[in-house]
Amino acid sequence: MIPEIGNFALIVALLLALIQGVLPIFGAARGNAVLMSLARPVAAGQFVFISIAIGCLVYSFLNNDFSVLYVAEHSNSQLPMHYRVAALWGGHEGSLLLWAFILTIWTIAVATFSKHLPQEMVARVIGVMGLISVGFLLFMLLTSNPFDRLLPAAMDGRDLNPQLQDPGLVIHPPMLYMGYVGFSVAFSFALSALLGGQMDATWARWSRPWTTVAWVFLTLGIALGSGWAYYALGWGGWWFWDPVENASFMPWLVGTALIHSLAVTEKRGAFKSWTVLLAIAAFSLSLLGTFLVRSGVLTSVHAFATDPRRGIFILIFLVVVIGSSLLLFAWRAPKIGLGGKFNIVSRETMLLSNNVMLSVAAASVFLGTLYPLFMDALGMGKLSVGPPYFNAVFVPLMTPLVMMMGLGPIARWKQASLPDMWVRVRWALASSMTIAVLLPLVMGKWTPMIALGILLAFWVFTTTLLDLRKRLSNREGSLGQRLKSQSRSYYGMQFAHFGIGIFIIGVTMVKGYETERDVRMDVNDTVQAGGYEFRFDGVRQQSGPNYMASQGRVTVTKNGELVTQLYPEKRNYNASGMPMTEAAIASGFLRDLYVSLGEPIPDSNGAWAVRIYIKPFVDWIWVGCVFMALGGMLAISDRRYRIHAKKSNKAGISSEPVHEGGGVKESKLAAEGKI
Amino acid sequence: MMRFMLPLVAFLVLAVFLYVGLHLDPHEVPSPLIGKPAPAFSLPQLHEPNKQFSAQEMRGKVWMLNVWSSWCVSCKEEHPVLVALAQKNIVPVYGLDYKDKPEDAEAWLAGAGNPYVLSAADREGRVGIDYGVYGVPETYLIDKQGVIRYKQIGPVTVQSLNEKILPMVAELQKK
Amino acid sequence: MKSILILLVCLMPVLAVAGEAKDIATDQVTEKRMIGLAENLRCLVCQNESLASSHAELAEDLRREVREQIKKGMTDEQIIDYLVTRYGDFVLYNPPVKSYTMLLWFGPFTLFLVAGAGLFYQLRKRRKSVPETDLTPEAQHRAAAMLNNDKENQV
Repeated sequence: MIPEIGNFALIVALLLALIQGVLPIFGAARGNAVLMSLARPVAAGQFVFISIAIGCLVYSFLNNDFSVLYVAEHSNSQLPMHYRVAALWGGHEGSLLLWAFILTIWTIAVATFSKHLPQEMVARVIGVMGLISVGFLLFMLLTSNPFDRLLPAAMDGRDLNPQLQDPGLVIHPPMLYMGYVGFSVAFSFALSALLGGQMDATWARWSRPWTTVAWVFLTLGIALGSGWAYYALGWGGWWFWDPVENASFMPWLVGTALIHSLAVTEKRGAFKSWTVLLAIAAFSLSLLGTFLVRSGVLTSVHAFATDPRRGIFILIFLVVVIGSSLLLFAWRAPKIGLGGKFNIVSRETMLLSNNVMLSVAAASVFLGTLYPLFMDALGMGKLSVGPPYFNAVFVPLMTPLVMMMGLGPIARWKQASLPDMWVRVRWALASSMTIAVLLPLVMGKWTPMIALGILLAFWVFTTTLLDLRKRLSNREGSLGQRLKSQSRSYYGMQFAHFGIGIFIIGVTMVKGYETERDVRMDVNDTVQAGGYEFRFDGVRQQSGPNYMASQGRVTVTKNGELVTQLYPEKRNYNASGMPMTEAAIASGFLRDLYVSLGEPIPDSNGAWAVRIYIKPFVDWIWVGCVFMALGGMLAISDRRYRIHAKKSNKAGISSEPVHEGGGVKESKLAAEGKI
Repeated sequence: MMRFMLPLVAFLVLAVFLYVGLHLDPHEVPSPLIGKPAPAFSLPQLHEPNKQFSAQEMRGKVWMLNVWSSWCVSCKEEHPVLVALAQKNIVPVYGLDYKDKPEDAEAWLAGAGNPYVLSAADREGRVGIDYGVYGVPETYLIDKQGVIRYKQIGPVTVQSLNEKILPMVAELQKK
Repeated sequence: MKSILILLVCLMPVLAVAGEAKDIATDQVTEKRMIGLAENLRCLVCQNESLASSHAELAEDLRREVREQIKKGMTDEQIIDYLVTRYGDFVLYNPPVKSYTMLLWFGPFTLFLVAGAGLFYQLRKRRKSVPETDLTPEAQHRAAAMLNNDKENQV
C-alpha cells in the first residue's frame, strides 16, 4: 500500500511541477499577477508530495519491505537502521528521488526568502526550477521508478554494498546533491534575468548568496567524498581523477568562478553576460555529471548500474535544458549592457583573469574526462586518461591562479597601481620563496614540486595576513574593535583563501613525504617507520551486526612511549559474502598513521601481510576544505544580506536599473531615496 | 554577435558525441594484435601433459584459438555454440585452458562436451598475457600465415559466428 | 642491578621470537620501480583503477610480469611497450603524445593562452566603448560624505 501511495505522490508532484513550471513563467511574460502568484503555493504543494513520496520509500526501507524491488536490491534485514535510511540513495532510482527532494527544498527556500524580489523574477525563478523538477520526475516515472514492485517478494534483500555501509554514505551524497542542485538556483536566476530582459547589478546581488550556499555544500560534499575514500579504500588515496569525481569537481571550479564573477557584476555591473554564462555552465555541468554517472558512457568505480535507455532520456533532458538555456543566452545576451569602466590593472581584471583560469581548468578536466569517449566515438581506438595527465595539466594551471589570489584582494576597484601592489607584496613573496627553499631541506627532501607547493601555500598565508594587518592598522581602537570593523564578507574571503593555502600544504606534504611499509608480520614483530615503532599483536575474530571480521591489533610507540593502538579489520559481510578492508587510522595534527591488513600468510601461525603508512599533514587537505566552506558561510552572513531583508519590510525596494559606473553602494542610496 | 552562439554550438557537438557514446562499451579493449603474427608459444596439452602444443604447428591452416576455463561463467554460454561448430568441421577449434586446474578442466569438458581438437594448459596465464587476454572467454581467428585476423571478446554467439567469423574463415581458407 | 639483569635475561626468549618484520617484497628496489610503473598503468578488468592498487587476478599477474621484466633488465620504456603491444594504448593512464592526443596534451595550455589573450583584447576594447560617467561635483560631495560613514573597500 505504502509504495503505491509513494508512486501516486510522485505523479501528483509531477502534475504540480508542470503547473509550477509553465504558468508562472507564462504569467510573467504577460504581466498576469494571478498566474505569477501561483508560483509559491504550487511549489509548496510539490514539496509536500515529494516529501510524501520519499517518506514512503524511507518507510519501506525501515520496515524491510522486500516486495519493493529497490529495497530488495539495496537493503537487508540485518542492515543497521541508519544504513537502511541511507540506502535510499545507494542506488540509481532512490538517488533520483533524493535529487528531486533536494530540488524542492531549494525551491521552497527560494519561495520563502524572496519577499523583497519583484514578482516577475520570483515567478520566473520558481518556474524554471519547476521545469527542472518535471524532468527528474518524468525520468523517475518513465524509466527509474523506485516504487517498482518485486513479486513475489524476496525473502531477504541483497544487502547494501558493504563499501557503502559507512557513515560516509549517510552524509556525503546529501551534501553533494545540495551543492549540485543548489546551482539550479543561480541557473534559474540567470534564465529569469534573460527572460525578463533585465540584467542589472541587482540580479547579481540577489543571486550571490544562493550561489555561495550551494558552493559551500558542494565544497563540503566533495571533501567528504575524498575523506571517505581515504579511510575506506584501504591504501590512503584521496583523489583519483575518476570521471565521477571530475563530474563533481567541474561544477565546483565553475561555481568558484561564478562566485567571483558575481562579485564583479554586483559591485561594478560589469561582465554580466559572462556571469550569466557561468551560471548556466555550473548547473549544466551538474546535469552533465548526472548523465555521466548513470549512462554507462564512462567507466568509473562510482558509476550506477547502467542502462542505455536511461542514458537516452537523460541526454534528451540535457539537450532540452542546456540547449534551450544556451539558445536563450545567444538570443538575449547581446542586449546586455557593458557595465562600469575599469583599468587593465584593477581588481576587476584580476577577478576576471581568475575566472578565465578557473574556466580553463574546468575545461581541461572536461577534456581529459571525455577524451576517451571522443576518441572512441570517432573510431580512433580506446584511450585511458588518468591521474598522470590531470596532475601534469592541473598543477601548472593552478599556479598562476594561486599567485593571483594574493594580489586580487589588495588591488583597488577600477584602478589599481602595480607599484603600490608590489610594495605591499614584496615581503610576502620574499619570505614565501625563502621558506620554499629552506623548509624541504629541513624536512629531508627537496624537489621542485614540493618547493612550489610550499611557495604557493605560504604566499597565500603571508598575503592574507599582511592584508589583514594593513586593514586593522588603518583603524583605531582595541584589537577587538578593529577586528569587528571589517565586514564578514571580508573575513569570508580571507578564510576561504587561507583554506586553499592549508589545502596546498596538505597535498604537498603528503605527496612529498609520505612513507609506506608493506611487511609480513608475525605476532610480536615490529616495524620502524616515520620515527614510530609498530608492533603486531595478532588477529582475533569478531562479529559485527551483519558481518564477521578478522580484527588485528597494532600497538604504536614512539621512543618507548605508547602512542595508540590500532585495530585494522578484514570483514566478510554475511548477506553478500563480500570481503572488505577497514583500515585503522590514528589522525593527528601533523600526520596520520594508517594501518591496513593485507592477507593472512598461509602456514605461518598467525602471520599477516600488513601495510603501514605515515602520511604527514594529510588531514590539512580536508581542514583546508572546511576553512573554505567556513569562509563561504561567513560571507553569506554578512550584514548587507540581513539588512536587505529587514529593509524590505519598511520601504518597497524598486527594481529600477541602477546607474552604471561609480563604486557607491546602491542599496543605502536607494533606501534614502537619493537616487 | 556570433560569439554568443558559440556555447550553444559547442554544446550540440558535445551532445552528438554523448549520443554516439551511449552505443559504445567503454569496457571493451580491442586487440592491437589484429593483423600481427600470433605470438609463439609452446604449452603442455591438457589431456596429454607429456606432449606439447605450439602455435607453429598450425601454419598452413586456418584455425580458432578459444580461451576458456572451468571457472568461467560466460564460457558455459558459448560452449554449445562451439560444440556445434566443431561438429560441422569447417574450422578446427583449439582451446587455451586459462589459469585453470587440470582436474577441474578435464572434468568440465567430460561433462559438457569437448569441441576442441586439443587444449593447451596455460596454468599461469602467461600465454594469455602474450595474446592480450584480459577476460574469459576470448577467441582468436588465425590464418594460414599465423597472423591474427579477428578477436572475439566475450562469448562466441551464433550471430557473431554467422555474421563475422564464418565469412572470414571462408575467405581466409581460399588464400 | 641484579634484578634488572634477571629481568633482561627473562625477556630474552621473547626477543628471540619476535623480530623486525620483513618487507613482503623481497626486492625493495624492484618493487618500488614496479609500483612506479604500475601507478601509470590501468587495471583492465577494473572500473577505473590503476594496476598498482587493484586486487584483481589479472592485475596480480601483470604486476608479476612487470617485476620479471624489471629483473631481466628492461627499461621502463621497454616494459611499457611490452604491455602496449599486447593491450593497446588503453592500458596507459598516461596517454602517449601522438598526433591524435595533441589536442589533449596541448589543448589546456593553448586554451589558457587564447583565453588570456581574449580577455586582454576584450578589456582594451571595453575601455574605448564604455562611457565615463563622472559624478557632478555636488554628487561627488554627497558620495564622499556617505563613504566616510561607511566601510572602505568592501568586498
